Amino acid sequence: MAEQGSIRVSRKDDNVVVIEKDLATEEMLLSMGPQHPSTHGVLKLECMTDGEVVTSAEPYLGYLHRCFEKHCEVVDYPGIVPYTDRMDYLTGMNNEWAYCIAVEKLLDIEIPRRVEFIRVMVSELNRIASHLVAIGTYGIDLGAFTPFLFCFRDREHILNLLEWASGARMLYNYVWIGGVAFDIPADFNKRVKEFVDYFRPKVVELYKLLTENEIFVKRTKGIGIMPADVAINYAWSGPMLRGSGVKWDLRRNDPYSVYPELDFNVPVPDGKFSDVGDCLSRHLVRALEMEESLNIIEQCISKMPGSEGFNPRSAVPKRVRPKAGEVYARAENPRGELGFYIQSDGKSTKPLRCKARSSCFVNLSAMKDLSKGQLIPDLVAIIGSIDIVLGEVDR
Amino acid sequence: MSIAAISQIRLPFLMGNNLNAWSDALAGLTLSWFPLGLVIIAAIPLVFIALYALTYGVYGERKISAFMQDRLGPMEVGKWGILQTLADILKLLQKEDIVPTSADKFLFVVGPGILFVGSFLAFAVLPFSPAFIGANLNVGLFYAIGIVALEVVGILAAGWGSNNKWSLYGAVRSVAQIVSYEIPAAIALLCGAMMAGTLDMQQINVLQSGPYGFAHFYLFQSPIAWLPFLIYFIASLAETNRAPFDIPEAESELVAGYFTEYSGMKFAVIFLAEYGSMFMVSAIISIVFLGGWNSPLPNLGSVALYDWTSGPVWGAFWIISKGFFFIFVQMWLRWTLPRLRVDQLMYLCWKVLTPFAFISFVLTAIWEIYVP
Repeated sequence: MAEQGSIRVSRKDDNVVVIEKDLATEEMLLSMGPQHPSTHGVLKLECMTDGEVVTSAEPYLGYLHRCFEKHCEVVDYPGIVPYTDRMDYLTGMNNEWAYCIAVEKLLDIEIPRRVEFIRVMVSELNRIASHLVAIGTYGIDLGAFTPFLFCFRDREHILNLLEWASGARMLYNYVWIGGVAFDIPADFNKRVKEFVDYFRPKVVELYKLLTENEIFVKRTKGIGIMPADVAINYAWSGPMLRGSGVKWDLRRNDPYSVYPELDFNVPVPDGKFSDVGDCLSRHLVRALEMEESLNIIEQCISKMPGSEGFNPRSAVPKRVRPKAGEVYARAENPRGELGFYIQSDGKSTKPLRCKARSSCFVNLSAMKDLSKGQLIPDLVAIIGSIDIVLGEVDR
Repeated sequence: MSIAAISQIRLPFLMGNNLNAWSDALAGLTLSWFPLGLVIIAAIPLVFIALYALTYGVYGERKISAFMQDRLGPMEVGKWGILQTLADILKLLQKEDIVPTSADKFLFVVGPGILFVGSFLAFAVLPFSPAFIGANLNVGLFYAIGIVALEVVGILAAGWGSNNKWSLYGAVRSVAQIVSYEIPAAIALLCGAMMAGTLDMQQINVLQSGPYGFAHFYLFQSPIAWLPFLIYFIASLAETNRAPFDIPEAESELVAGYFTEYSGMKFAVIFLAEYGSMFMVSAIISIVFLGGWNSPLPNLGSVALYDWTSGPVWGAFWIISKGFFFIFVQMWLRWTLPRLRVDQLMYLCWKVLTPFAFISFVLTAIWEIYVP
């Protein structure tokens, strides 16, 4: 054990953490979680620690396992939609949408144009809400409490909007196969525009309060660097992969819905403010994506067709019984690629098999690599930057 | 105590501006053999901290953080939630006093006590008014610096006795932090002591009084004084484990650091000690650099603001206000800044604050010798 403990960790800045060979003593097993404030739920990390240095960390999952995939085999297709809400409970709209894309692909149905715009708008609103939680809780992980409450204050406005549209605050069941549950309320677009105008200065405020804070930068810059090739090998996606400098966004690279018509950028860190691939880059990508989502929402408002003679359920099938076959569809969720693989036997109204490719689960798989030789406070910073939602990791 | 003895003791608040008049009068008060006055002297700061720290410190912290975060804070108990802390104390009193089975019971119980005593003992030498000081030691400042180190023992006892890995991490971090930061803090205070030429807390205040109010404060008496002032302020944040140096508690890393296992009244005592030391360091910084109980208002010709706002009662007002101001700054920082990493904290202490403290020490010495 003593030999294993003798490691040397060097950092990019002038802080060098050196553990001398002679000082290395017995390692201590430190169980971080499942009830720990900064594991974002019920994740358990078994860390071997040498003083404050983590020599290895092994994630243990499954505390929140709810048999999503088994449930899918006994529930009919539309009945699965509420279950997808509960996977990544911070981004219900996006989950539902990804699932509906898969079933619609299997059924091969045409979606009304207004429905597409409504879906884009609500899921981009939900993306902002999700990133606000990610950024806010990341602040808490690093000891900054106030940004968290600022984020939740602004998220509240989004939740109110989505509640107005769907009737629920987090678990919406709004995006249905072939349509949406209800048309958006009469003044919804006006209110969304008001929110966009309100929120733009708040993004800047958040930037000044947290992202540009000297201590915050010191805590995140150069920590947990993930090179682009390793990130691709780990099948990372979403802000995690973009944080490593890979310009990969399914809304652009594998476009679905009306995204090709919309004008937005895919923010990728340029390495000036942060080191590419570190925790700060991942945080930065999320912060910049919120502004891009605001742009998308504004375009949706102006391009959305009118509601005259519009029935949000016009394309919703009475009975979902797809032909025998299989389909894989994916969508860009706030946490990365959420994919659904669905197999149909052609006879039943229930899927034969439904597998969810969870972005959080895949992103978390790199934890062992990232945590090697980090200090405990840095381990917290890294977990926070992965932005896991255990509901989706365990499903 | 005979009736004659009572008639000899004048009521303290009627006394003039004689130095330590109140506390000397109280010290002479005995009930036959029992030194009643000394007990009262000891009780006054205790009541003050207990009232201040547990009621208004916590309430203030919650309200200030609420205003910074677009919230209302406690609003239910009493008008604007002003009795919220009392309700919390009642709740803590009712709680079961849990000692974990695998804990070292003696250390676990004794830890919060030592911690509390450590932060409370320094109040003995704080001059709360020109007429009141608990113990007028001629090495008061030295005593105040030294006695804080007792907290380290309490923290280590609490962390080790809890038999919890997170507590142990918190305790070890805390000890390293407090012991390290005492060095720049002490050197910074020595700059003030050098300007005064004494370690007597009451004397340091007397030397900063004058008709021009704030202009007599040591912060404005020398062009270098702002450096030890800042160094001491930063170091005192670290000594009291306040953000951005709250690494020993670091709720997102170490759950709650050395007091993870504490609940009920023991937790309240640790809390009390934290708020007690917050006021203590705030009082020390205002005594050494900002004139303590001296009024900051200057005499402007016939408008004798300084004279009008000086005196034993005004003195108590000024030092407590100055203390509250620094506590407000501490809270302000806590709710604005993220937390440093443990090695960055040590870097700041040993490679930034300590060298600058030495520089300011030498510069102050040169200033004191060559500039009359």
